[in-house]
Amino acid sequence: MDSVLPRTGLWLGALFFTVIATALAVDTGFAVHMMICGLAALIGLIVTVRGWDPAAAIRPVDTSRYDDDLIRLGVIATVFWGMAGFLAGLWIALEMAFPQFNLGLQWINFGRLRPLHTSAVIFAFGGNALIATSFYVVQRTCRTRLALPGLATFVFWGYQLFIVLAATGYLMGISQGKEYAEPEWYVDLWLTVVWVAYLAVFVATLLKRSEPHIYVANWFYLAFILTVAMLHLVNNANIPVSFFGSRSYPVFGGVQGALVQWWYGHNAVGFFLTAGFLAMMYYFVPKQAERPVYSYRLSIIHFWALIFLYIWAGPHHLHYTALPDWAQTLGMVFSVMLWMPSWGGMINGLMTLNGAWDKIRTDPILRMMVLALAFYGMSTFEGPMMSIKSVNSLSHYTDWTIGHVHSGALGWNGMITFSCLYYMAPRLWGRERLYSLRMVNWHFWLATLGIVFYTAAMWVAGLTQGLMWREYGPDGYLVNSFADTVAALHPMYALRVVGGLLYLSGAAVMTVNITRTILGHLRDEQPLHSAAFDPERDVPLTPATAA
Amino acid sequence: MATTFMERHRKLERNVTLLGVLAFAAVTVGGIVEIAPLFWIDNTIEKVEGMRPYTPLEQAGRDIYVREGCYVCHSQMIRPFRDEVERYGHYSLAAESMYDHPFQWGSKRTGPDLARVGGKYSDEWQVQHLTDPRSVVPESIMPTYAFLKAQPLDQGDMVPALQTLERVGVPYTKEAIAAANADLKAQADPDADHAAFLKHYPKAAARDFDGDPKRLTEMDALVAYLQVLGTMVDVNAPAAQEHLAKEKGR
Repeated sequence: MDSVLPRTGLWLGALFFTVIATALAVDTGFAVHMMICGLAALIGLIVTVRGWDPAAAIRPVDTSRYDDDLIRLGVIATVFWGMAGFLAGLWIALEMAFPQFNLGLQWINFGRLRPLHTSAVIFAFGGNALIATSFYVVQRTCRTRLALPGLATFVFWGYQLFIVLAATGYLMGISQGKEYAEPEWYVDLWLTVVWVAYLAVFVATLLKRSEPHIYVANWFYLAFILTVAMLHLVNNANIPVSFFGSRSYPVFGGVQGALVQWWYGHNAVGFFLTAGFLAMMYYFVPKQAERPVYSYRLSIIHFWALIFLYIWAGPHHLHYTALPDWAQTLGMVFSVMLWMPSWGGMINGLMTLNGAWDKIRTDPILRMMVLALAFYGMSTFEGPMMSIKSVNSLSHYTDWTIGHVHSGALGWNGMITFSCLYYMAPRLWGRERLYSLRMVNWHFWLATLGIVFYTAAMWVAGLTQGLMWREYGPDGYLVNSFADTVAALHPMYALRVVGGLLYLSGAAVMTVNITRTILGHLRDEQPLHSAAFDPERDVPLTPATAA
Repeated sequence: MATTFMERHRKLERNVTLLGVLAFAAVTVGGIVEIAPLFWIDNTIEKVEGMRPYTPLEQAGRDIYVREGCYVCHSQMIRPFRDEVERYGHYSLAAESMYDHPFQWGSKRTGPDLARVGGKYSDEWQVQHLTDPRSVVPESIMPTYAFLKAQPLDQGDMVPALQTLERVGVPYTKEAIAAANADLKAQADPDADHAAFLKHYPKAAARDFDGDPKRLTEMDALVAYLQVLGTMVDVNAPAAQEHLAKEKGR
């Protein structure tokens, strides 16, 4: 470790600054946030002064020569934030089915809790999964330890602070009012610092690799980190009202603001939830299937096509709005083209199982990966279809969009993350195997059933809503009032709660399984697959046995 | 051919800088081509009569609208379809959100579109509906916002707020910015002198919005904002202008 003194000074400076900022804060929310930052600085100070390594507490016997402390923390953080995000999702689903669940409390009203849910699942659960797996994969595919381990530690803990600030901000009503980019200006600035550090660690590790080749998974991680940096910076260009207050106004407003937002929003899906997760797929699927990636050439073509085309697709979120028609049409055309490179990734993943398809009967982790790829394929077909203007005229503003998003998020992002966690957990903690493979099987079926309930309910809800809005009677008048359409959706909203509950139960099973794997327990259970054998009947036929 | 392509690509696979630069170049193109022209193509926002910046009270209400995440369930963008135009009014024009930082077009209609909700209902209805939505619309699943009427409006100093908005392109005059706090109070007070306020914001409505003239609450601000939505532009005027412009060519 380098000198403790300058770092102590840094922490003290940060602590001093947060105290001043708390005192000068012009609104309560900002004051609370500065106190949280102060607390973080204080913890950093104590840790530095005591020379205490937070990862040491949970470090098992070090059997790995890679730098895995942070990845172990990342696995735990992913499971934790996943549970938090799914629980928030279940709660807001309950609020939509039964508005009494808002409890009349402003802090948990749907409008504030919904950004909490989306940020928790995308940025906290998904983000931690991406950071943890990228550090795991980049070391192993480069055959080298992490470069800049101190900075990597900062990335992990800095990212957790970002999550805490964003989440508490939503509950207090601190929002800049842009979907999936709700955190205010100072939280955005903090994330920028963390993200640049993340890029530095990742690129520096690639630079010191022992392998001549950069493995395909790392191309996707690199594109994801670079693009998210660009999107984040442009879409969050805001001017704060006061440097000691939480409120700010975006530089881009109106029609330009709308396109910048959906250029960001769509590519948060395209790069955060697609390119990054494809990187996970490219490492962990071949590992679990014990087969090489199906096609090297396909991976080159679909990588470049995917990252080039995705960026154009944003305007399909603004069909028939006041956005100029040419931009809408351009967005639609590129969205339809995007179908091909998306399926290139799915095909490359699925065909990697060539010669290993029998394993999906006996290996629930591999089965989870295959299901994830299947859902990736389905939602990347559905997306281009919904981006066609005439389809969009029906689907836009309805729950169909919510169903589409969740078939991708629960099916693709969720399932691929769970399978990667199951792959990494025993290896990171040096366990013989997972606590229980049968519980993985339970998780698989609970989650799959949950997704079916969820997406089917939302498809029906979306079509019902869209068709009822535009329904005309023979007298030439609109048939339904808006309130009628709200009432009609109630059964579907209730069914969605069931789907969410199933998915959450599956994740709870995973939490138990991974926790007990970490603790080193092994569940005494029958293997998932074995040919029947009865030693008592495995004897020659004699008069004694015949009788 | 194929092998040479693969061999050329091999160069990228061994050079992080080259890979990073090319990947970054690939992801910038789409955004530049689609977004940049919106800033210089004139007809992106067709000019219409009547648009003015929000009053300080309306802006404070808008901040509450953003704070409460109303946009996650309500759109403010009417599409040019027969059913939408009949249900909500004339389709939305780009100019009508030109001073909106951030834009609040929304992406989901769990509740109805609000782009032209201004003047559709009385202040009393809005207050009652926000306080207890199901008392006026039994099917509604909207959360209750009774707390808005209990909380005094604590919007902070509106001068820097308007200054910031001016900096991002909302045409507030110097006098309007300087008078922001006074204008805010004047708009919610039916007995105040409204001459200066109306000079800054022509045709703006000044009255007590939340049914309690003694207190200035968050409800006042939010209702003031809701009641101005879609009312600034006489939507029939640009249509008439368009019609005239077409006739000229014949």
